[in-house]
Amino acid sequence: MYRYDEFDHQFVRQRTAQFRDQAERRMKGELSEDEFRPLRLMNGLYLQLHAYMLRVAVPYGTLSGRQMRQLAMIAERWDRGYGHFTTRQNIQYNWIKLEDTADILSALADVEMHAIQTSGNCIRNVTTDHWAGAAADEIADPRPVGELLRQWSSLHPEFSFLPRKFKIAVTGAPNDRAAVKVHDIGLRLHRNDKGEAGWEVIVGGGLGRTPMIGVTVRDFLPEPELIGYLEAIMRVYNLYGRRDNKYKARIKILVHELGADKFKSEVEAEYARKPQASTEVEERELKRIAAYFAAPQFDKLPRWSAAFEAAKLKNADFARWARNNLGVHKVGGYAIVNISLKPEGGIPGDASAEQMRLMADLAERYGSDELRVSHYQNIVLPHVRKDDVFAVWQALDGAGLAAANHGLVGDIIACPGLDYCALATARAIPIAQSISRAFTDIDRQEEIGPVSINISGCINACGHHHVGNIGILGLDKKGEEFYQITLGGSPSEKASIGTILGPGFAGHEVAGAVGKILDTYLKLRAPSEDFIATYSRLGAKPFKEALYAAA
Amino acid sequence: MSILEKGQIVTANRLRDGIAVFLNRSGQWSERIDEATLALEPEAAAALEARAKADEKATIVTGSYLIDAERRDGRIRAAHIRERIRTLGPTVRLDLGKQADGTAGGFVAPEGA
Amino acid sequence: MPLLKNDTLIADTWIHGGLDDQLPEAGDVIVPFARLLREFDQLSHRPDKLGVAFSNIDRAEALSTFLPRLSLVALPFPAFNDGRAYSLARQLRDFGFRGEIRATGNVLPDQLQFMLQVGFDAFDIGERFPLEAWKRASKQMSLAYQRGLFRRNSEAEVWTERHTDAEPWLEQPHAG
Repeated sequence: MYRYDEFDHQFVRQRTAQFRDQAERRMKGELSEDEFRPLRLMNGLYLQLHAYMLRVAVPYGTLSGRQMRQLAMIAERWDRGYGHFTTRQNIQYNWIKLEDTADILSALADVEMHAIQTSGNCIRNVTTDHWAGAAADEIADPRPVGELLRQWSSLHPEFSFLPRKFKIAVTGAPNDRAAVKVHDIGLRLHRNDKGEAGWEVIVGGGLGRTPMIGVTVRDFLPEPELIGYLEAIMRVYNLYGRRDNKYKARIKILVHELGADKFKSEVEAEYARKPQASTEVEERELKRIAAYFAAPQFDKLPRWSAAFEAAKLKNADFARWARNNLGVHKVGGYAIVNISLKPEGGIPGDASAEQMRLMADLAERYGSDELRVSHYQNIVLPHVRKDDVFAVWQALDGAGLAAANHGLVGDIIACPGLDYCALATARAIPIAQSISRAFTDIDRQEEIGPVSINISGCINACGHHHVGNIGILGLDKKGEEFYQITLGGSPSEKASIGTILGPGFAGHEVAGAVGKILDTYLKLRAPSEDFIATYSRLGAKPFKEALYAAA
Repeated sequence: MSILEKGQIVTANRLRDGIAVFLNRSGQWSERIDEATLALEPEAAAALEARAKADEKATIVTGSYLIDAERRDGRIRAAHIRERIRTLGPTVRLDLGKQADGTAGGFVAPEGA
Repeated sequence: MPLLKNDTLIADTWIHGGLDDQLPEAGDVIVPFARLLREFDQLSHRPDKLGVAFSNIDRAEALSTFLPRLSLVALPFPAFNDGRAYSLARQLRDFGFRGEIRATGNVLPDQLQFMLQVGFDAFDIGERFPLEAWKRASKQMSLAYQRGLFRRNSEAEVWTERHTDAEPWLEQPHAG
């Protein structure tokens, strides 16, 4: 994992001191709320329905045990004993006081963390594949580039007042687990005919009010050129992105309005015009960073673990969890453990301080001291010996963390919605809970197989409903919550935006509607066809008919 | 027979801790919605709003605004679900927020989905 | 309006011309870009310095032919969060412009260091904040990750500093 050097330490310390000064000036009245708002947002502090909310960056979703423990400490000392892991691989605290915030940032700095640029019209936390460094299908670990981009984008003087927020995602694997096609910039590593690695640069994807799939502006950018090229993209966006209408201010609208070709030529012209500085420093910096991400010392183990197999035979619950919640590790004898933060009827993404500590313990004891936050709002232990998986499961089970629903119906993504969020138009969590409770039968969940359900409590789409196989969007109709259902979305390398099925539903009707959709799928699917494949083959029609047939 | 009055109250978040508060009869900001001043006339609402803006300048509260509310039997209820959740706490965590510490007023959480 | 330059307040000695008003025979003048386009010949024969008040919606390239004759470009911040002028300033410096780049409009201490870093060197600052606040603001961060910035308070350029010696990273232990 990356470790701060003296520069990184100094940087977050100074930034914290700067925020402390700003907060004090605000509380003394020297800064108005209008002046303070962008400053606090640049440090992740929102004002929500019940209190301030602090969003802490988890760069590229990677945490050490010590960092997770500190997150637990913050939850207990300054919040109400829990935190919420988000679809952007971050963590949010819901009950923060302005007067405590500088102390919290200082506690984060103690463990090489911060909340810089988790909000505001700037480059946000860079996200990536939560299986990075462990996945069997990976070309290279994308996190060194993630860290390079974290540093480059931190307090970038030119790009701190963009037309709108800006999200970058990076993947080093052909199976896209980072949703790079629906980000402002998506970077995908791939190899050319000569076997060299380069980056496909995808621009202008996004969700929100106007969901779009990004367009490729460079097929194969050599790695040392990334920073220079990204600067050119950012500059074109900063200069020409719309500022007259907040809903048309994201880069996707600029790409769309200019047209992909024109946008690309603007970027290329800017890139070509810039005095070409040598990229030697970037190359060396990338090498320096990459050294921190060297794989842990894996033991030479047989692929087949007798202990693991025996435990599965003895314990059916464990066998089921192992079937659903383990990912294929690149090294034989190891597994990727996906910890579901979606217990039956629970709040997606929430974890108590005790649960965080337990996961930190497990990472330290069994998992090379690494944890990941996934954009599915789950936690990953990326490197666990198969011999140890049963012990890990037992510990998780004792802490309410052994839901065996990873990737299944119960693994629902939901934003905080109107229960917490000042922007929300409807609640999202209770909808997730009602669906979860309607599918308590885990056999049925397994029978249905892989399907993603994404719920957003407003059009800003933090729950990524557009790319859920089943997407649910909560809206307000004359003071009443109602929910629109979309089908066919996917965040993968075959990214697609879901289609609205028809009129919306009241909150208590949503779980039933999801049930009808999934029953229709079970009836119509071809052998070994998952939900999204069936939908792609048949389209929306049979689902519409099932949902809206005269009662 | 209970009397129903409809009007507006002014709400904001306390600057230092962000807690949702309501302007009460003595011009203080209370965490209890039941203590809020209910303005029955537009002029009274405007006066409340002006008072709130002054308290924003004085760095007591931030982000004040008027909301529709009704009073019945001395208890005040916000009209819109968003504001009801603000006065209660999250509907998915009944152990948290004003509903947990007894300052939420006389109304229970909106029905779950 | 007080002008901040090199951490000190100075008097603005420039004459601010409008689109059509009569300019004095001599003296340093700033004119709107439209006037520069229209009257560049006459303006360039004035005896003293010439500056332009540029907008943040025109392209920096539009200035390139005039830059050799210009001593000042004023770039506006219609709102503090309208960040276009940051990029324009950087482009002008990339073009090799060495004259004054002045920030006008909504200029606040909390953005001062960013402005310095992209190449602004003069600031229309109004009366609201004391000089001390501006001086403090100009050096809040002593380091920056980005390369190629203007470092008027000699902020460290982190990536360059890390790699001035031969491959120091090779010696560093890593946590793996």
